[in-house]
Amino acid sequence: MVPPALRGSLAAHPFLEGIPEPLLDRLMAMAFEVTFEPGQILFREADPSSFFYLILSGTVSVEIAMPGRVLRIQTVGEGEELGWTSIMAKVNKQFQARSLSPVRAIAFDGVRLKAECDSDPEFGYFIMCRILDVVAERLRATRLQMLDVYSARGGGS
Amino acid sequence: MTSTDPAAAIVAPPGVMEPVPARVLSVDKETHDTFTLRLEQPPAMTGFRPGQFSMLYVFGVGELPISISGDPEHPGDLTYTVRSVGPVTYQLVTRHEGESIGVRGPFGTSWPMAECRGKNVLIIAGGIGLAPLRPAIYHILRHRGDFNRLVILYGARSPRDVLYKKELAAWNLLPDTQVLTTVDYGGVTWRGYVGVVTTLFKYLRLLPSETATILCGPEIMMRYAIHDLSARGFQDDQIWLSMERNMRCAVGFCGHCQLGPHFACKDGPVFNYPDIKPYVDLYEL
Repeated sequence: MVPPALRGSLAAHPFLEGIPEPLLDRLMAMAFEVTFEPGQILFREADPSSFFYLILSGTVSVEIAMPGRVLRIQTVGEGEELGWTSIMAKVNKQFQARSLSPVRAIAFDGVRLKAECDSDPEFGYFIMCRILDVVAERLRATRLQMLDVYSARGGGS
Repeated sequence: MTSTDPAAAIVAPPGVMEPVPARVLSVDKETHDTFTLRLEQPPAMTGFRPGQFSMLYVFGVGELPISISGDPEHPGDLTYTVRSVGPVTYQLVTRHEGESIGVRGPFGTSWPMAECRGKNVLIIAGGIGLAPLRPAIYHILRHRGDFNRLVILYGARSPRDVLYKKELAAWNLLPDTQVLTTVDYGGVTWRGYVGVVTTLFKYLRLLPSETATILCGPEIMMRYAIHDLSARGFQDDQIWLSMERNMRCAVGFCGHCQLGPHFACKDGPVFNYPDIKPYVDLYEL
């Protein structure tokens, strides 16, 4: 259970900016605080989706593990969210996540969170809109990454 | 008395139209394909302002515009950071100490250091775009009391493409100075951020109304960066960018670097964003 002092942190998290109090209360009932040591794997690719995290401090790298090497494709940190696929039915984790520093986060059980979304359309709409913002932002960032603007053809000085 | 001889009108001082030989002092490797070239400043040449560029000529090979990346208040040498991507840049970075390179310039407008005084300064660099910004960073650090908080956001392709690694780390330790570096692709040993440079904006703790922003990098990166800055309340007239187009003559004669009504070589390369806003998003310009 989230200590009362963390209610403020949760309400101030950018993902929940402007959340109505009754919806925040519902989230509070499902939330619990977690911490990770540097180098700890939060989840691996293809793991059954489990937790959705709102990061309060620290940084986590999102990675693709390949034979013989790991490619870091994104870093998420304070004020960001991780593990949005846990709210999607029948979608396993698509990447691996590893803490790069001590990480403090609020975690939600994805199955329970989705059940709440299904049972209360107002709550579900709020959460899904925020998730869509996250997905859209990441899609945009990925598209820009794909442009490879710093390559020899990309420009610069 | 004013001369009416047409020929007199096109006589330019040394180093403007005619390259002046400059001796190579050193060539230092920055990354796998980028080198910093230090030249002895020819006596006929004056100093430079942060953001200006020179035309560097490898005799018998060709000439290119290269931004000056050294300290403007360190007289006696001219420093350039060059990425080896073609025959001329390859010849530049493979010169040896004591050889000569032709230099014209310095040319162009400079970073608005006077306008930045008394404000936070946000520097956004992409790739080798950090090189023309480095003289501005040196200036701010030399006159630290004149400026408020300094934040440098730097994006590179991969960890092995990050320029000036030691300086970035040292700057980050200075008071009121923050350096965040991100790469598009990171290996498992990379401890910094991964993602395009705009993904660092969420970590900004600067009041937009009290911040001047200067940026340099690939044009598409600058375009998206400015869109995001505007969405966060940063004012257009407090944004300056360096447009490094295809400069050839460097004095506004040839038109190769034309950007709408402007010539990047003489009206730029540093522009205040509102002056070129209509052309930044224009397709095929």
